[in-house]
Amino acid sequence: MDFKKETRILYCWIAQIGNLLLRSLWRLIHVIINLCYLTLGIAKAFESYLISWGILRRYKSLQVAKLRYLAIVVESKDACQTSKIIELLQWLADVGVKHVCLYDMEGILKKSKDFILEELDGAILFGEAYENNEIPDQAQMTLEFASFSDGKEAVAKAANVLFMKYLKSGATDQNQEEAIFTESQMAEALKTVGSGGPEPDLLLVYGPARCHLGFPAWRMRYTEIIHMGPLKSMKYGSLIKAIYKFTMVRQNYGK
Amino acid sequence: MEKGVIESKILSGWRSIFRKCVFRVLRVGPIPSHIAIIMDGNRRYAKTKKVDKGAGYEAGTLALLYMLVCCYELGVKHLTVYAFSIDNFKRKPEEVQKVMDLVRESIPLLTRMVKRCPMRVHFAGNLQLLGADIRIPAERLMESTADNSKFVFTICVAYNSTDEILHAVRESCREKCDHIQEISGIDASNGLQGKNGDIHQGDQDLIKLEDIEKHMYMGIAPDPDILIRTAGEYRLSNFLLWQTSCSRLSSSFTLWPKFGIWHLAWVVLDFQRNHPYFGKKKKAAVDLANGSYFSSSPPSKS
Repeated sequence: MDFKKETRILYCWIAQIGNLLLRSLWRLIHVIINLCYLTLGIAKAFESYLISWGILRRYKSLQVAKLRYLAIVVESKDACQTSKIIELLQWLADVGVKHVCLYDMEGILKKSKDFILEELDGAILFGEAYENNEIPDQAQMTLEFASFSDGKEAVAKAANVLFMKYLKSGATDQNQEEAIFTESQMAEALKTVGSGGPEPDLLLVYGPARCHLGFPAWRMRYTEIIHMGPLKSMKYGSLIKAIYKFTMVRQNYGK
Repeated sequence: MEKGVIESKILSGWRSIFRKCVFRVLRVGPIPSHIAIIMDGNRRYAKTKKVDKGAGYEAGTLALLYMLVCCYELGVKHLTVYAFSIDNFKRKPEEVQKVMDLVRESIPLLTRMVKRCPMRVHFAGNLQLLGADIRIPAERLMESTADNSKFVFTICVAYNSTDEILHAVRESCREKCDHIQEISGIDASNGLQGKNGDIHQGDQDLIKLEDIEKHMYMGIAPDPDILIRTAGEYRLSNFLLWQTSCSRLSSSFTLWPKFGIWHLAWVVLDFQRNHPYFGKKKKAAVDLANGSYFSSSPPSKS
């Protein structure tokens, strides 16, 4: 009996030591990964300074015309830093980006919209210029402000617009049904409920991780999504690099 | 695809022991419940190996089966893969046919694998766009594995997000219409008509977010924790746009046929690094969705 009890205790000790070793190994792996990311962060920061100073020549000529519509996703807690947002928009204006959509989950940016538009000389709201589903070609910068409510909730509201059409059609004819539930009808319905807008070519995420945080799903089919790091450590060189990389991308669109 | 290849490359004893050791270390931290993958790079892989595209797709299928076993052994609950997009029908007919052949061949293979690793197999997408030679065996496999709950393997074929959203909206409209008809006993549009002939919708007649989510092709799985895209691309290509609000978007430079256990381990370790952040984001998204009051209804139309 004593032998069995001692064997049990021994196995218990071995299991505990085994678990401790496993945990230690796991923590060590994570320390190494964090060091790798730190090194990578320093290298990226150095590269962005080289780009800003004009030392890396390939970033000097940007084909900004390819970037027709840009979206920026920021953390809602960072969205209060309007000075940073305005600085970012001024950089974009200097580069030649004309149309920008600013998104944060909780709609903090929407509340600061008037202040931001005032601070940026000549910038207007995108909705005022967006007609016939075409991005306008104009000198002024246009800004759109979006939040979580422009995503799934807007689709639910648009669904009710289509539901009304469905009811009025008599809800019996298959052909009529097919004519109601189309992508173009959905896009029109979204516009009706105030959440229309073009699909961004590029979406820059300013936050701790690469995640679109609920940006309207209907408008993100082929959007390039780049993670830029936290807003507080945004750099001009990194912005230039992201736009440059976008201009080099070639998409097949499924083909 | 030969059974022997699967046995030797995936299910062999020593590889399995090696995997178990690696996964035991990973399991010290949180394991993602749902991983989604865009399997990009099969054609580029074929180009680098100087073989035809068909061989690239076959190598990709082998990599998929290996990843399926890895995720199963790691303790992941859901694996979703983007096998064929509706947009991919625009490819050359011989390419489309090759992919369809691989999907058809993988059904009996999955049937055999289910006996070894009990899992639910689900095909998500507009299956009516597929030929009967694929659709019928797929439906049979889905039915026969519907009761397995330990692991769910979803293959998105003839799928894209915008089609999924439209499908969900259409089904929600049909369901709501039938519901109104049931309650009022008359035609739905008549049931909602007011005295002046315009249509009024009360709150109970509105389509809500949960109605749409119920009809999504991906309704059987929770939102992904991680969405991996291989071959160094940074877009979602119309895949799970609705479901990835709080998902870690991971991009790997490796071409899909070369994606293996170490790439998976890296993705999981990266997920573990960011896990507290994504936990907060998911909670915030749920609070936003629950806290929002859907009060607007479409204007009355005469």
